[in-house]
Amino acid sequence: MAVEADAPRMEFDVVGHRRVRPDGVDKVTGRARFGADISAPGMLTAKILRSPHAHARINSIDTSKAEAMVGVHAVVTSADFPDEHVPRGERDTLVNVMAREKAFYDGHAVAAVAAMDAETAQDALELIVVDYEVLPHVTDVVAAMAPDAPVLHDTLFTRGVDPKPDKPSNVAKRVEMGRGDVEAGFAEADIVIERTFRTEATHQGYIEPHACLANIGADGRGEIWVCTQGHYMIRNTVAALLGIELSKLRVTASEIGGGFGGKTTVFAEPVAAALSRKAGLPVKLVMDRTEVFRATGPTSSTAAWVKIGVKNDGTITAGDIELKYQGGAFRGSPIDFGCMSAFACYDIDNIRMVGWDVVCNRPKQAAYRAPGAPMSTFVVESVVQELAERIGMDPVDMRLKNAARNGSDSAYGPKFGTIGLVETLEAAKAHANYTAPLGANQGRGIACGFWFNFGGETCTSLNVQTDGTVALMVGTPDIGGSRASMCMMAAEELGIEYERVHAIVGDTTSLGYNDTTEGSRVTFSSGMATIKSARAAIEVMRARAAMIWEIPVDAVVWEKGHAKPAGPNAGDFEPMSLADIAAKSGATGGPIAGHAEVNADGAGVSFATHLVDVEVDPETGAVKVLRYTVAQDAGKAIHPGYVVGQFQGGAAQGIGWALNEEYVYDDMGRLQNAGFLDYRVPVASDLPNIDTVIVEVPNTGHPYGVRGVGETSIVPPLAAIANAVSAAAGVRLTDLPMSPPKVLAAIDAQKD
Amino acid sequence: MSQLRYEAPGSVDEAVALLASDSDAKVLAGGTDLIVQMRSGLRKLGLVVDVKKIDELMSVSSDGGAWTIGAAVSGAEMNENAALKKDWPGVVEAVDLIGSTQVQGRASAGGNLCNASPAADSVPAMVAAGATAVIAGPNGRREVPVEQVPVSPGKTSLATGEMVVAIKMPAKPARNGEAYLRMIPRTEMDIAIVGAGVSLTLDDGGTCTAAKVALGAVAPTVVIVDDAAKALIGTKVDDAALEKMAAACSAACKPIDDKRGTIEYRTKVAGVMARRAALIALERARSN
Repeated sequence: MAVEADAPRMEFDVVGHRRVRPDGVDKVTGRARFGADISAPGMLTAKILRSPHAHARINSIDTSKAEAMVGVHAVVTSADFPDEHVPRGERDTLVNVMAREKAFYDGHAVAAVAAMDAETAQDALELIVVDYEVLPHVTDVVAAMAPDAPVLHDTLFTRGVDPKPDKPSNVAKRVEMGRGDVEAGFAEADIVIERTFRTEATHQGYIEPHACLANIGADGRGEIWVCTQGHYMIRNTVAALLGIELSKLRVTASEIGGGFGGKTTVFAEPVAAALSRKAGLPVKLVMDRTEVFRATGPTSSTAAWVKIGVKNDGTITAGDIELKYQGGAFRGSPIDFGCMSAFACYDIDNIRMVGWDVVCNRPKQAAYRAPGAPMSTFVVESVVQELAERIGMDPVDMRLKNAARNGSDSAYGPKFGTIGLVETLEAAKAHANYTAPLGANQGRGIACGFWFNFGGETCTSLNVQTDGTVALMVGTPDIGGSRASMCMMAAEELGIEYERVHAIVGDTTSLGYNDTTEGSRVTFSSGMATIKSARAAIEVMRARAAMIWEIPVDAVVWEKGHAKPAGPNAGDFEPMSLADIAAKSGATGGPIAGHAEVNADGAGVSFATHLVDVEVDPETGAVKVLRYTVAQDAGKAIHPGYVVGQFQGGAAQGIGWALNEEYVYDDMGRLQNAGFLDYRVPVASDLPNIDTVIVEVPNTGHPYGVRGVGETSIVPPLAAIANAVSAAAGVRLTDLPMSPPKVLAAIDAQKD
Repeated sequence: MSQLRYEAPGSVDEAVALLASDSDAKVLAGGTDLIVQMRSGLRKLGLVVDVKKIDELMSVSSDGGAWTIGAAVSGAEMNENAALKKDWPGVVEAVDLIGSTQVQGRASAGGNLCNASPAADSVPAMVAAGATAVIAGPNGRREVPVEQVPVSPGKTSLATGEMVVAIKMPAKPARNGEAYLRMIPRTEMDIAIVGAGVSLTLDDGGTCTAAKVALGAVAPTVVIVDDAAKALIGTKVDDAALEKMAAACSAACKPIDDKRGTIEYRTKVAGVMARRAALIALERARSN
């Protein structure tokens, strides 16, 4: 049999059907163990003291009273996190988990206590005396770039500008990319629109706060139990920050109550580990919601300028965009992804993308579902919609006219392979919601979106048990249903029932290195490794059958879960099932297993088109989402139920981002809405049923045609909703969130 | 470590004695505000007096058409009382807006009043409907209009040892209708940016003979807008009267800018909410 098919497989027995999720019973009965659900004998509880100032020099920290308190076992400050041995690339992470000379944002950790219980730890925090010298602060991205802005880091010099600056600033970097000649392109255009836009920071909003249990022994060996998207990342980072050998640190990923990118870095884990090492006892650290808002996540707030030109026939002649992303107190906003994805849906001859990575006194940004792409797409897709209206062309037709197609040069460089943007546009146009009648104060919006998707390093192990069931171990935490998808792919490949395959997420000592669950990579990459593991196990089983039948292994084929003689010449043997072979494994050479290690290339990019109808209350500015439709290319939907869930989830988060979610700071730079009451994620009654169309244009880089589906779904909503609200309100909305006060002000300004 | 004492007396007299014994004591009804405030560290208390074991605070009764609602009666219970809801739908609907279904099983109108939040949903509705609060204390009982209970955000006029034992609603006047509406950015699970309670009474010819308009979340305490009432009285509650009422409401606002809304927005929307509430009240008055 062919080990690697040339073209994606198209016929399936298990894949493509909805199967019962393996984690369902645990989650509905409460048996599932999340980050805070593990305890250890002698365990201490940790609490973190956080800066009440947006920007302050830390002159001194006196922990003596806290240390003297009965029940307190350890207190740590930056003095317990020496930086000499920390690799350059991890320095910012070290400073973010525990402030050193300065506190850079409201909520920045400055000290931590491990005590016998939570009350004692809390009381001890109140005995820690921090001498702050409050400094001027800045939380706005544009203000942070001003020449007279308070400078956060005197070591930060703008990269990517010529001449090299001689003064530090809050601008970490400038990037520029593109092709063609934008000025020549605008000269060809019949209509050119130029606008500016703003978006606010949004938090990933996962329901489970960060939680971990660290147990570092006197011999330097340790274990961490943690809610994370990447336990290998936790291991590597904690080991680097605390100077521990990788093999001495065993990290186990708990069940996870949402991540959306926000759990792809460390926050509390190094602190818990440092406390445990100092106290010589296990330490549990669980953040509360306020801490999650003040000190973790969110994504960048942004400012943007864009100019796009179009001919009367709908051809986009040029696009020029400048993006400013603040990434919180440290360099590293997703500005590159923002620039690269801005025009990725279109095949435009002349484009220029300029981006600025800016720091300010806010928490260090973390990845959030398609990091950087929703904001730049909001800008481009708003103006594309407006251009279509100006030339009187159907907005889908204009997008189709310019759409990136198979073999197009992508806006960010490489040539696209087989892609499905056109198919999603056609699906949206064919959907009944595209022609549903609209009433007064109602408007329709449409937008496309793109995400790269990622492959990366993955390692899986598959054990065939003697009773004919299969145990699969993967190294990527399951945040979106990947255990079900993995079991389905293994069952498909082995030719057995889905119910006979059981998957777990192995700890860091049980498998080789696995990249974090991010970049919509798991179904693609862990799926590929799972398929290869299954194929490796099949090779073993063919060999065992050949041994039993005393024929050459080449004369044995694997079909529908059975070893069979390849043909009449191979001999006349009854096919042996996987269970038959497994039962005899002790006598034929021992356990049967398959392993695979891959660094997967070929993650197919993914496109989506979103269609939304809203109604605007012209007297209050309130927006009601009436209908919402997602059409997205999944390549091949392994488990359609989960794929639909990803489509709907991205749309729901996008609705929140577009309409109500924002970070509100007071004039002292303190976060005013660090809780779910005033940080308004959508509640169920805010959302309509979100209709979905799964488009399947197989990814040639995967044996089954899989493309990642987790992130693309949050890229189009900001623009789609802005386009709908603008149509309903009769005025172009360019500033997110489109909360009722902003929408009403825009409507009233239009009247004046 | 701070020590918290919990008491659950079976009578009003015992509760009053406990409250009088400690100036830091606080009444616990549903706890949907108090426990949240304690958990978040906003309040540190020595004594919590749970009043849910006192029958009087947990029962609803009507006498000659007038209603007495125990101060700790939950929103869910009020909402399930068909006769109460028929008489005072605006008040019951306002209470029903407080929190989720789970919170409704605990939260009470009395607690909402005594928490003294400017944004309390039930308060403008109760004020418009003419509700009174029965207060028990070391010196006996007194009854005051509900608007006299909150005096500033988080503070009430209750003296040490005093507690609200019941909310009283008058007998429903003929051809009276009332309603409460609020503006929130979400559809639920939110705090009012503006709330408006309107009660109006019509004569047989459909002319408004009495009205009361109360606004929430636009000043430190609930605002009774006399000019808004005057704009309705003597009219058929037509568009012109409603516009005049809405303008009076906006003029009466003294809001703040905060994370939930701006001065400009609150001022503008107060009139809109009041006008819409008045239209519902009018519809109800016509059918009563």
